[in-house]
Amino acid sequence: MSIMTAPSHGLASPGQHLSHTAAHHKPGFLGTYVFSRDHKVIGIQFLFSTLLWFFLGGLLALAVRWQVAWPWTQIPVIGHLFHLQGGQISPEFYTMLVTMHATIMIFLVIIPILAGAFGNFLIPLMIGADDMAFPTLNMLSYWFMWPAFICFMSSFFVAGGAAAAGWTSYPPLSDNPAAAPGSGAGQTLWLIGLACVGVSSMMGSINYMTTIIQMRAPGMTMFRLPLTIWAMFITAVLQAFALPVLTAAAFMQLMDRLLGAGFFMPDGSVVNNTGSTAGGGQPLLWQHLFWFYSHPAVYIMILPAMGMVSDIISCFARKPIFGYKPMVYSIAGIAGLGFVVWGHHMFVSGMNPALGMTFMVSTMMIALPSAIKTFNWLGTIWGGKIQFTTPMLFALSFVSMFIIGGLSGIFMAATPVDIFIHDTYFIVAHFHYVLFAGTAMGVFGAIYFWFPKMFGRMMNEFWGKVHFFFTFIFLNGVFYTMHILGANGFPRRYADHYRFATFAHLQPLNAFMTYCALGLVGVQVIFIINFFYSIFLGPKAGRNPWHANGLEWTAPSPPGHGNFDFQPHVYRGPYEYGSPETTEDYYPQIKPPPEGLPPIDDSHGHH
Amino acid sequence: MNVGKSWSVVFLMVLVFGVGVFVYGAAAGIWLPPLASEAGLGIDHLFMFILWLTGIAFVATEGAMFWFLWKYNATDNPKPAKFTHGSHTLEVIWTILPAATLLFIAIYQMNAWAESKMRVPKEDDPNVVVLEVRARQFEWRVRYPGVHGGKLGQQGELFTVNDIHVPVNRMVLVHLKSEDVLHSFFLPNMRVKQDAVPGMNIPVWFRPIQEGTYDLACSQLCGWGHYKMMGRLTVESEADYQAYLQDLDRKQNATMPPAPPKAAEEKSE
Repeated sequence: MSIMTAPSHGLASPGQHLSHTAAHHKPGFLGTYVFSRDHKVIGIQFLFSTLLWFFLGGLLALAVRWQVAWPWTQIPVIGHLFHLQGGQISPEFYTMLVTMHATIMIFLVIIPILAGAFGNFLIPLMIGADDMAFPTLNMLSYWFMWPAFICFMSSFFVAGGAAAAGWTSYPPLSDNPAAAPGSGAGQTLWLIGLACVGVSSMMGSINYMTTIIQMRAPGMTMFRLPLTIWAMFITAVLQAFALPVLTAAAFMQLMDRLLGAGFFMPDGSVVNNTGSTAGGGQPLLWQHLFWFYSHPAVYIMILPAMGMVSDIISCFARKPIFGYKPMVYSIAGIAGLGFVVWGHHMFVSGMNPALGMTFMVSTMMIALPSAIKTFNWLGTIWGGKIQFTTPMLFALSFVSMFIIGGLSGIFMAATPVDIFIHDTYFIVAHFHYVLFAGTAMGVFGAIYFWFPKMFGRMMNEFWGKVHFFFTFIFLNGVFYTMHILGANGFPRRYADHYRFATFAHLQPLNAFMTYCALGLVGVQVIFIINFFYSIFLGPKAGRNPWHANGLEWTAPSPPGHGNFDFQPHVYRGPYEYGSPETTEDYYPQIKPPPEGLPPIDDSHGHH
Repeated sequence: MNVGKSWSVVFLMVLVFGVGVFVYGAAAGIWLPPLASEAGLGIDHLFMFILWLTGIAFVATEGAMFWFLWKYNATDNPKPAKFTHGSHTLEVIWTILPAATLLFIAIYQMNAWAESKMRVPKEDDPNVVVLEVRARQFEWRVRYPGVHGGKLGQQGELFTVNDIHVPVNRMVLVHLKSEDVLHSFFLPNMRVKQDAVPGMNIPVWFRPIQEGTYDLACSQLCGWGHYKMMGRLTVESEADYQAYLQDLDRKQNATMPPAPPKAAEEKSE
């Protein structure tokens, strides 16, 4: 039904539309909370699932940190849970920990929490639609995550253990079951899980694009969309174009493994004295295919957070976003350039060095839109009326930390420097600044910000700030010092570094970082308690607790099925805080302009 | 001082800590490993150049952020000081300035890249030391052309495992191969890193300028024993190098070998 409604006409008769929706659905418990086709329920299902995986992925990270700081020592208390000899981490298990920490955090946490949880929850609410364009497809996009959950989880318990070839899964290590313990059934499950995540994201992205193009409320022109929606839209485009390549590559690797296709296996490769397998392939081909998706995926993992952070910062600076259109164009610029920079992961891979030089130039240039965004965030807080709420603190820390992650990227874009720092902790520092200190902090901000809309209650501000403060301190303690390790050439994915004279002196620094990592995971307990306590016992929020402008804040908290209890009509963009046209310091998108002012042209052909 | 304002100090701490950690690392010698190759000079220069440049950008942006948060907090500013949607002039300035800087870095580094990865030394140059390194789980197999140098594939080749000797101040050209999975040939002190790919023969070269014994590490995940793929690079004087080759030759190529070749030091795991 909904898909047939063009933005200018479809919602024009709200009474008919809403009654239609209400008459159509009388779902029972299972239909309301489990197999729901309501975008808000699906979004919250994604949120709960991804937060659970976030916690599990964090525990894997602690095990990794333990081993890096104190190799081969027994893990206190929980060591025996790992069913390893003497409570130690074996080198085989270490490679699985590294692989599965990254796999879980990327494919089961960051991508689905941004697109699946917030994309789902926010898109219809922020554009003034009653639901997604394809509700059933939306439900499927969540339930296709479950085979992936099961594949990744069960892979720890199959013969040989979980995948151990890194989240990048480079052949021949991943291709040949003889190459590593985890390259047996674990790797096969990993590939099947990855393909399921890919299908899930694909269904999501088609839905988001269609919904944003087709189902905006009257008056909601493209350039009145909140930056969150712009970011979600462009992210969906990125996913739609890049994901098929990864899915195809995953199936190719499956065929290599199960049918001996040999796409990525060269002739004459003999692993562990086993017989040579079918050859004729090229290991570098996988790297091209993998990064053709996984570099755009890096932006899939940050653009939505950038959008949400922009909304939060403008709201609590009580000031319009600085340079709205440059912000939109720079998101588009990042996405466009994002397709031609994948080779920067391959500077030392054996790829033609001349090709490396062209990738270097495009990579340098992609720093530009990121810089423009940073300057515009600074422009937004300049001259504002800054309210240091919990969501604002997290959003500000996103900007502050993204500066670090962005600047450290320039080191590795410089090809000669990358020769030295490639596959060292400098890289580990860089992507944790972008993905944890950036995206995860942005996501925390978004949870605190939209929590009242999701559950109708407020989270506790005091404990929110305590959570922010210690998370911020500890994350810098863990990740900033990694730059120094990287400058020392400290390699990634080593179970024990200290046999090398070059790295032996770095143990005390690593011990410090592991203490910080323990603290970082520990303080999340504050968040977990605050989150669950507030769902049931937090103070009631009302429709618009932050005095924000967006359409979602005009719906009830939480919004019922069909979202709006009136027909929203949009008169302006979402960032008119402190406008002289009104006496309050905010100016909701649905508020008609005062008498005597000409209505703003909404370029929808209403006149 | 109001409570809101004090939150801005958290962001000032980023600035102080961020600069402090690098200053401390460099001052305490927890820093780039001692440099021992010619091309490494260019790489280290570029590293420091980018460190200064990004350091300035870091201080400027984080400093501006702290200052705006400090000055424009809600308690001291009941009304926003500005109502603006942006500035075309500013956008142009902060687009062109970083674009020019990034383009400059891009061009500035090209020579160092070409020096390390594109200008392959000529194999028939008598001054070039040629050898082959074949990586496998989890060791480095080294092949020398023999006591007289030259190209590989002659009689009297010499083999070692996990142990590379090269003369100081001569260009070393390594033919890098892999027998099984991906590995990466990482000499931290030479600022050399190159993946070894099965099915490819990839040239790697460096000119050591400092005698000493250095670590050779694998930097591409190659299996459970990745961390123990440890080799040693010895850079020595021409005379010591020749003596080393002669010694190897005596052990490996004597017509009536009395003892098994030294290659048996290959540590079978």
